[in-house]
Amino acid sequence: MLSDITFGRYIPGNSLLHRLDPRTKVICALAAAVAVIIAVNWYGFILLAGFAFISVALSGLSSKTCLSGLRSLWVLLAITFFAQVLLTPGEVLLGHGALKVSREGLEAGSRIFMQLALLIMFASLLTFTTSPVNLTAGIESILSPLKRVGVPAHELAMMVTIALRFVPTLLAEAEIIMKAQRSRGARFGSGGALERVKSLLPLFVPLFAGALRRADELATAMEARCYRGGAGRTRMNSFVLDLPDYVAIGVSIAVLAGSAVLRIL
Amino acid sequence: MSVIKVENLTHIYSRGTPFEVTSLRGLSLEIRRGEFYALVGAAGSGKTTLAQHFNGILAPAGGSVRVCGIDVSNRKLSRELWRKVGLVFQQPEQQLFEETVFDDVAFGPRNLGLSKAEVVERVVDALRLVGLDPDRVGNMSPFRLSGGTRRKAAIAGVLALRPEVLVLDEPTAGLDPLGRRQLMDSIEYLRVERGITVVLVTHSMEEVARRAGRVAVLHKGRLAMEATPREIFSKAGELRDLGLDVPATVRLMLGLQAGGKPVRADMLTVSEAAEEIARLNSEYFKAKTSLLF
Repeated sequence: MLSDITFGRYIPGNSLLHRLDPRTKVICALAAAVAVIIAVNWYGFILLAGFAFISVALSGLSSKTCLSGLRSLWVLLAITFFAQVLLTPGEVLLGHGALKVSREGLEAGSRIFMQLALLIMFASLLTFTTSPVNLTAGIESILSPLKRVGVPAHELAMMVTIALRFVPTLLAEAEIIMKAQRSRGARFGSGGALERVKSLLPLFVPLFAGALRRADELATAMEARCYRGGAGRTRMNSFVLDLPDYVAIGVSIAVLAGSAVLRIL
Repeated sequence: MSVIKVENLTHIYSRGTPFEVTSLRGLSLEIRRGEFYALVGAAGSGKTTLAQHFNGILAPAGGSVRVCGIDVSNRKLSRELWRKVGLVFQQPEQQLFEETVFDDVAFGPRNLGLSKAEVVERVVDALRLVGLDPDRVGNMSPFRLSGGTRRKAAIAGVLALRPEVLVLDEPTAGLDPLGRRQLMDSIEYLRVERGITVVLVTHSMEEVARRAGRVAVLHKGRLAMEATPREIFSKAGELRDLGLDVPATVRLMLGLQAGGKPVRADMLTVSEAAEEIARLNSEYFKAKTSLLF
């Protein structure tokens, strides 16, 4: 079911990873993401998979939970993999006619598969172990030097939090609407192309109407509590970087450097 | 004859994820054809989850649910259950999507594959049942109506399916008093005149007292009590322990009892309570006059 999707959600806990400063985790996740993007060969992937494995172990979450992020996005993974395998020209290994599997395709496919899987992994580890409030605070704090050149750091961070906050809500709402329309005999995604698109209207019209209404209500509720953006706003908890934070950032940068070096091999 | 038979039903949400929640734990009950059956319970007691099993939207994790002879764990058959069981969700007004009220109410009948004339007939009938004028609101956009009117239009959308069993999940929450009474009257009319079975999930003890034939009280996913409203509301203490309460009339009579007046407490409607108080008054008057002579 839709509400079973764990990607992007926060799972409360008290592990080492949960306790790290949110800024540390954002920086580490960014470093890991860049390392994944620049990794091109298996040496790099093994290094990064190892890093991911250690992070999962330190997060205190079950490996099943951590892999659930991948499971909910398997369609995306499968499509990109097969598209690469089938559409990359090169030395043909098997198949004939329009469907050919090339050596280059297989390589490109597994590469993009690994990259996507690792990216999803690091991103879900970040959201699994960081509460939305802390995540925003972290992003805002990292972006705050840019305030001087006119970047609305607080507003950007607030937008990200609100977006993350409403993912599960909207999924739950989509599920209720789907159930309600099914109870009136709606069939989603069946029939021809046009029918299929039309069959989604009973889901998307109420979903968007609801999202807009919710946005409006939220804006009113925030204004009613005198929210005026970032100007002069203080925090209840201030963040302090500790030894584990420096170690984590150090390790991430080392992994990033390692990935860059392994690229040349 | 039972139209819904629930045996040892268990339901678990988000099974196998960190968000796993057990909602129903070994619940059994039977709903008879043509009866008005109320489901009450504190928030989180599993009423909505149970109701969603009745038209095959949810499948049991354990135990069985049979509705109109169909086992809802059979996915193929349960997909067709919507033809027999109409389910009005909480805040159904949020599910309207068509350009006009008419088209929205007609969505279900059209999915049934009915002829144009039949669709029109059913839409007009359903709108009238919920107290809306088809000529006036039929061509309006549902998004321009008031909340209460949209609620009525959404309920009409389910009534237009002409289900054998009508399951309503807190249909009157948020309606004005007149709207509540009209809606409950229409539901009672459907039950008496057209013989449909009504299952009502509600927090309003007054509605239960006035309308229900039998009540099930759920508590933490289990059946805590099942009886007639009169029997249920005679156990005010137990109900309060379960996070519920008794109707205002019963509260009034209990208050009189506490003040030492010899009255019966199980008064379900205002007129019953009025009669009981009148009886008390006349006896009091008789006693006084007999003292005089």
